[in-house]
This record gives sequence, C-alpha cells and structure tokens, in this order.
Amino acid sequence: MTVTVLLFASYADAVGRSEIELDVETGATVKDVIEHVRAMGDADRLPPAPMVAVNEQYASRDRELHPGDEVALIPPVAGG
Amino acid sequence: MYSAIIETPIDVVHILARVTSRSNGATVLFLGTVRDVNDGREVIGIEYTAYRSMAERELASIVEEAAALADSNDIAVEHRLGELAIGECSVAVAVGHPHRGRAFEAARYVIEELKQRVPIWKREQYVDGTREWVRATSGDTVLVDAGDER
Repeated sequence: MTVTVLLFASYADAVGRSEIELDVETGATVKDVIEHVRAMGDADRLPPAPMVAVNEQYASRDRELHPGDEVALIPPVAGG
Repeated sequence: MYSAIIETPIDVVHILARVTSRSNGATVLFLGTVRDVNDGREVIGIEYTAYRSMAERELASIVEEAAALADSNDIAVEHRLGELAIGECSVAVAVGHPHRGRAFEAARYVIEELKQRVPIWKREQYVDGTREWVRATSGDTVLVDAGDER
C-alpha cells in the first residue's frame, strides 16, 4: 500500500525532499515509515523517534497505517 | 473565537476588534516579535514555515480549549508565515473577558500551547549569512549552510 510522507524544516533538508510517496507492507506502522525515511537521508539529522502526525493529528510510533494515510514527520516546533 | 495562519502583516487593531464586547472589562493583547539577538548571535530576519493545514486545525483547538478555560468566546489568534524582519509581529493573541484574571490566563494558555503543539518552524538568518532552524523548546539548532535554498 502507499502512504504519503511529509517532511518539514530541518527534516526536509536532511532528506532533500518535502513529500514522498512510500510503498509499505499492509499493516505497516508509523515506526516502519520512520525507518524507511531515515534510510533515505542523513539519519543523524532524522532522530529515531521524531514527533509524527497521521492525517493531521499527532500519533504514536505504533499507530497502524492505512492506504493513503498522510504521515508527517514533525521537527521540534518553534512557532511564536 | 478566531484563529488564522496568515502570510500578510498582522493587523493588531483588527485582532483587538474581534474580542471587543460591552461586557468585557479587560482585554489582554500578546504580541510576539522578531528580536535582533538570539543565543548571542545577531539576527537579521526569520523565515516561518508551517504544516499549514494541521497548524490551522491545532490552533483552532487551542482557542477552543482557552475559551472553555476562561469561559469567554472573545479569543483571537493569528500567526504569520514567511520572511519577517526585526521588530515585525509573528504572532498576536487577544482575549477579552469581564475580568482581567481570566483574560491573562487564557492569553498565556494560547501562546504556551501554540509553542508546544502547533507545527510551525522558524529559520533565523544571521548577520554572517548563515541560517539555522530554531528549536525553541531546547534552544538547540540544526545548522544549515548559507547557500542551502529549498
């Protein structure tokens, strides 16, 4: 199945992209997606347990994904 | 209640007008502005970016929570994105309430929760030409080369 991965700020710089269509196995979790993405870029700048949102809501690492889910890796936020 | 992510200068008068009511005896206005020095380095500007759709949703949730906390619907917040110069306003929070205690409390709640939860990032630009993404919570930063454009 395919999920969309969104990368922002320092994480987008680390991977060199801001959006990735990723093929993962059925039943894949947020953790699986993080591991895929870390392998694509500068893993030192992509921590093993970043904050993640699935479909615009914060989610845990063991959250199971569904086809078409939007998985955003969220660097430490710095608004204000 | 009002919340928005915008790309144009924040209009403070407009924000205040949104929380004005005959029953309010207190109005609190908080403005976040771009300052010229951070961690001892001279800053010449800040670029704000966001996961916009989620940021809008999260900001709206925070305003609803603050309204419940303060028992007032006269709460407004705007956050600006894009390139901002020193002294420009990046965020404005306004709360109107019959009494000042709740107004201060709700305004503080909105800005503190915003800083913790809303997916917005800022990259400071320094006088020496370098830029860094700011990690507001820890003060830590990730170094980005001066020529690194996205």
